[in-house]
Amino acid sequence: MDFSTLNPVALIASLIMAATPILLAAIGELVVEKSGVLNLGVEGMMIIGAIAGFAISVETDSPWLGMLAAVLAGASLALIFGFLTQFLLSNQVATGLALTLFGLGLAALLGQSYSGMKPPSSLRLDIPVLSDLPIVGEMLFRHDFMVYFSLLIVVGVWFFLNRTRAGLVLRAVGENHNAAHSLGYNVVMIRMGAIAFGGACAGLGGAYVSLIRVPQWTEGMTAGAGWIALAIVVFASWKPWRVILGAYLFGGVTILQLNLQALGIGISAAYLSMTPYLITIIVMVIMSADRRRASLNAPASLGQIFHASH
Amino acid sequence: MLRLEPRQQASSTMRWLTPILAVAITMFMGGLLFAAMGKNPFEAIRIIFLDPFFHETFGPYSRSQLMVKAGPLILIATGLSIGFRAGVWNIGAEGQFVMGAIAGGAVGLALHPADGFWVLPLMTVVGAIGGMAWAMIPALLRIKFNTNEILVSLMLVYVAYNFLAAMVTGPLKNPDGFGFPESRSFTSVDSTHLPMIYEPLGMHAGVLVALGIVIAAYVMMERHLLGFQIRLTGESPRAAKFAGVNPAFIVAVCLGISGALAGMAGLFEVTGPAGKLTTNFPVGYGFTAIIVAFLGRLNPIGIVLAGLLMALTYIGGELAQLSLGIPAAAISVFQGMMLFFLLAVDVFVNYRLVWKKEVK
Repeated sequence: MDFSTLNPVALIASLIMAATPILLAAIGELVVEKSGVLNLGVEGMMIIGAIAGFAISVETDSPWLGMLAAVLAGASLALIFGFLTQFLLSNQVATGLALTLFGLGLAALLGQSYSGMKPPSSLRLDIPVLSDLPIVGEMLFRHDFMVYFSLLIVVGVWFFLNRTRAGLVLRAVGENHNAAHSLGYNVVMIRMGAIAFGGACAGLGGAYVSLIRVPQWTEGMTAGAGWIALAIVVFASWKPWRVILGAYLFGGVTILQLNLQALGIGISAAYLSMTPYLITIIVMVIMSADRRRASLNAPASLGQIFHASH
Repeated sequence: MLRLEPRQQASSTMRWLTPILAVAITMFMGGLLFAAMGKNPFEAIRIIFLDPFFHETFGPYSRSQLMVKAGPLILIATGLSIGFRAGVWNIGAEGQFVMGAIAGGAVGLALHPADGFWVLPLMTVVGAIGGMAWAMIPALLRIKFNTNEILVSLMLVYVAYNFLAAMVTGPLKNPDGFGFPESRSFTSVDSTHLPMIYEPLGMHAGVLVALGIVIAAYVMMERHLLGFQIRLTGESPRAAKFAGVNPAFIVAVCLGISGALAGMAGLFEVTGPAGKLTTNFPVGYGFTAIIVAFLGRLNPIGIVLAGLLMALTYIGGELAQLSLGIPAAAISVFQGMMLFFLLAVDVFVNYRLVWKKEVK
């Protein structure tokens, strides 16, 4: 076993790439859950984003248009969920599951002719001056545009939720939809907006996987990333900055086990591949064990059906 | 303006009408999907829903596959429906299915080439225990630490997939298999081969057990105190608490039963239709069973019908793949749509659509 081949700088750089799709999906879902809606369809929206982004990028030769397509695809799928849960008052857990099953099937269908293709080159963005710094430059400032954009979204979400009036209204809807309704806020439309935003973020995260991280299209390529994003929202106890922590922690575990597999440390690759999922479970257990702290920040109306009687 | 008005009482007509309505809408929308793919929609729908029964050359084989495919779906969905009625969301049945097959299969492989009628029953029991043990992980974490069972059970599916890969390349690999990543064949030894009871309908012993369990589940849910407690917990957790129902016990029972049934289904699959453990062994029955459970109204009898319908779409889908070149993925879209439309039209069970003038 030779650990000297592990390059910490490259490790951190690839950790950030592994974390970004989950970060995007998780921050979107955080906004959805803050509005009181539990959308379990993140995996389905991610995979649709992955294929939409990939297909449009290949067809138009523009990764930007691909990203845009992924945003639109994720948001439209989310709006189906929104229509069912907000207007037809369906059970959110069941509808979210349906969204995932439907999304996985639809993506496989759409992606049939795209397997084995190469997407156009990625959206690399070397930040001037900073990227020339030794070590830190390679580690932090020579990534693609999406890495910085995802962090920007997190900051934006934090600002929106905690520093704007609209964010306050959204949180109020999530805490007590009846009270928000009687104050004259349109609960359903606010939630539809949040759901669409969540879908757009998940779609973008999916496109990151198929266009930048892998970059290729294979069936079911998100491999549970959407579910991990859901777990990270719980881990973050609905705080935006802690979503970054959760996603990067998960990215770290993923990259570490991949590198250990490559090193061949005598543990079967299959056992190492389990670790990201096991760590996610352990982290969720730790976070939920303290009931008072766990429920402190959880939106009180999460998952409940809202029907205005008048 | 059209608005939804709550009904005084849930409509029992709508309760059995909505699944039929959902299937009809799915056929229509599925037809549009096939038309968009440049296939004749009427032909496609006919091939999927009628040819498995009536086609001259494919019919006999298709009919013999019906029960083979419906059996595991019904068995898993029956277990899941018990939990869903209590508000316990086990969505990791796929993982429990795999772990049941591994646990029960390992017993069969350890005894290889033992002879005896007791081998298969022993494997079945161990398979059920394997699935139950896997489901008890989310159950215990929910009870002890209040961890969300949806996410934990789902994470464990991916762990189970990897565990299967580790097993078929390691301890359970066929020693005479020239290094291929697969176990010994269970069907080539009589004592580990699931007997076929009625070939023309594909009724193997596992299907018979599944139907027996459906009846047991019906009796438990409708006639037994435990069934009442499970339903009460789902409908009103607070009332259940006041009535002295222990919520932790209900969580453990629901996840335990659904895990055991999924594990049993896995064992029947590996000793029958699949024949051996490989990494391709899981084909998503654990997830499709979620659709079956909802389409069957979380009711054992409805689940049998829904399981048969879903099996039909698998088999008809294969025929459509052969004769029209409709890809397999289109069938999973079709199945996903069915759940979507069911959830959409379900609104009419508890609400009715009324026309009201806008009040200013």
